[in-house]
Amino acid sequence: MTPFLPPEWLPLVFAGLMAAAILAYVVLDGFDLGVGILLPGAAGEAERDRMVAAIGPFWDANETWLVLGVGLLLVAFPAAHGMVLTELYLPVALMLIALTFRGVAFEFRAKAADARGKRRWDAAFFGGSLLAALSQGWMLGRYVLGFDPSPAAQGFAAMCAAGLAIAYVFIGAAWLVWRTEGALQRRAIGWARAAIWPMGLGILLVSAVTPLVSERIFRRWFDVPEVLLLAPLPLATAALLFGIAALLRHMPLPGDALRRVPFWGAVGLFCLFFAGLAWSFFPYVVPERLTIWEAASAPESLTIILLGALFVLPVILAYTVVAWRVFGGKAKALTYH
Amino acid sequence: MDALLLARIQFAANISFHILFPAITIALGWVLLFFKLRFNATRDEKWMDAYRFWVKVFALSFALGVVSGITMSFQFGTNWPGFMERVGNIAGPLLAYEVLTAFFLEATFVAIMLFGLHRVPGWLHTLSTFLVAAGTTMSAFWIRVLNSWMHTPAGFELRDGVAHATDWLAIIFNPSMPYRLAHMLAASGLTVAFLLAGLSAWRWLRGDCAPGVQAALRTGVVMAAVLAPTQLVLGDMHGLNTLEHQPVKVAAMEGNWETRGHVPLLLFAVPDEAARQNRFEIGIPSGASLILRHHAEGVVPGLNDFVGEHPPVAPVFFAFRIMVGIGVLMIVMGLAGAFFLWRRGALPRPLLRGLVAMTFSGWVATLAGWYTTEIGRQPWLVHGVLTTAEAAGPVPAASIGTTLAMYLVLYAVLLAAYVATLYRLAARGRMLPEAAPAARVPAE
Repeated sequence: MTPFLPPEWLPLVFAGLMAAAILAYVVLDGFDLGVGILLPGAAGEAERDRMVAAIGPFWDANETWLVLGVGLLLVAFPAAHGMVLTELYLPVALMLIALTFRGVAFEFRAKAADARGKRRWDAAFFGGSLLAALSQGWMLGRYVLGFDPSPAAQGFAAMCAAGLAIAYVFIGAAWLVWRTEGALQRRAIGWARAAIWPMGLGILLVSAVTPLVSERIFRRWFDVPEVLLLAPLPLATAALLFGIAALLRHMPLPGDALRRVPFWGAVGLFCLFFAGLAWSFFPYVVPERLTIWEAASAPESLTIILLGALFVLPVILAYTVVAWRVFGGKAKALTYH
Repeated sequence: MDALLLARIQFAANISFHILFPAITIALGWVLLFFKLRFNATRDEKWMDAYRFWVKVFALSFALGVVSGITMSFQFGTNWPGFMERVGNIAGPLLAYEVLTAFFLEATFVAIMLFGLHRVPGWLHTLSTFLVAAGTTMSAFWIRVLNSWMHTPAGFELRDGVAHATDWLAIIFNPSMPYRLAHMLAASGLTVAFLLAGLSAWRWLRGDCAPGVQAALRTGVVMAAVLAPTQLVLGDMHGLNTLEHQPVKVAAMEGNWETRGHVPLLLFAVPDEAARQNRFEIGIPSGASLILRHHAEGVVPGLNDFVGEHPPVAPVFFAFRIMVGIGVLMIVMGLAGAFFLWRRGALPRPLLRGLVAMTFSGWVATLAGWYTTEIGRQPWLVHGVLTTAEAAGPVPAASIGTTLAMYLVLYAVLLAAYVATLYRLAARGRMLPEAAPAARVPAE
């Protein structure tokens, strides 16, 4: 197999694919987990059912992006995979157990013997969603500081845990604004209003700490001309935050106008934040320790994966669009028949 | 306990829990497609009734398979970082192809299959059912390719201790792959056959004799009658393939301590690894020689050729016997069931009770088979290339022990909830309640 790309390009392409998969996961399962965290806020069983129905057809495919993201880390950067996952052994295990409870709760709550059994699985759904969000945020914080074991770094990780959970609550609420109606939609608008500024604070916090991690990252942001070229990132983030907050104050609008905007605005915010992180850490796959070139697998193996990905990813995107169209619009009751 | 042993137990616990659910969904997907196609062709509501009940079982099993599969995708890195560092160039692309060609396909279309019956045209729903079944099978294919490669590695070369692919076709079609894949697919078919038959027989005995229950019961019995004898042949071929490529594993499976001819087929024994001999042997003279070499004088490899580098004998020996024992029972039950359906059009009550008892027998046999082949590969992780000990990571034993305890509690809770939910669905899911149980027999 002869590589059809210069070998030094392959790690770059795979870093891009992996970043895209992780971003897709954070956005897509982010709204699922957010809805799960919001579940106790619903007024009664009917509203809880509707909230679960709003994510029921999506969560499985959404979660698959996590498998692809970590799978790409595993296959393209095996050395980094081992380093990251052994450093994050306990939070990864907690996240997996949490995701297990969340995932099976969809099925078990629908098949529960009685109302008490169903409430128990609702609790598992909420607890699983919250714990998964917290452990992912914790991992983000540990990763950003290069797995620094100091208490200050642990404190930062704890703040990241809370911050990511709030961000998920926001995008989950924004999803419900789009996908539900009536009293539940009004409630979701309230949740989104409550979450947006704490989320903004979280973005600000991580953005402020990241450049302090190393001189390299600091210079990457504040040297001229970088500081000018990068100015659109924080400016666009601020504009989106203020714009969505203003819109939320007036929602719901007559005829349910602009119902999609908070969600896609949240997607925009996630992308901007992620782009900032990526800019800070590139070309390191383990911050300040291992670059993507040092960690990459053999070129012939990456080539064969890339060939497959180029054929299959467009197909995956196409049928994802089909599924989103089939389950478009306001959430209806989910039944098997 | 040391970290290596804990890491192995944890990995085994996770993969054992995981395999229970793909063992159901791989074949149940195709059974659901069969129900759907029968309904499309006959417009007989009983097929749709059977579909509606079993799709719930599928949904539940699928969810458990997905979440435990996600755990598996992390376990490679958390427990065996050396595996990916040394053979990642081979394992990586195979796992990537599984995610790309199977995971997204099944995860996306399962939503249409489960919730889309009245949102999409009938053909798209049938197509989605097909794509989900194809996705689960594709997933099994890639996992079996990688697993087979770990037993019979081919198509690679070692450079500085790291495996590099030289021939992808040789990697994919490695010597044991066709046998392992066929054996696993048939195992899934048998697991589902006895689940269908067992749960339907349970409903039947409780007086729920609706046509949809009959349809599932007959489907399960016919599947068992066809697949159980087929599995015997496939298992034999797989065993001969193992004899060629991993003779030490066969020596452990047969409990054969000395390389020699006239090796008996041991029905029971207690292998004593310290004394390097068996106690309480009951065997058929020259049986193993006949099966493995097709003549009584046939020389069967013994553990004396592999002192210090063979797997622990007792677990492999017993796991193999549990698997074969259940396989024999499956053949008897499948053929008896088919006979009664053919001659009398109904199953006698003792046979129905037997089917109820064997509802989850496929799980036990599948796990026993996995333990035979995976423990039988020890001390190697990749046969002849990488030992399990070399692949272990730096995680302290305390961390592994803690998470192992958490996983075990989690799995006990989920398994209990799963089985309880199946029986609750079966108890309340009475199909066509107007059907008078006494007036019907389990036949067309």
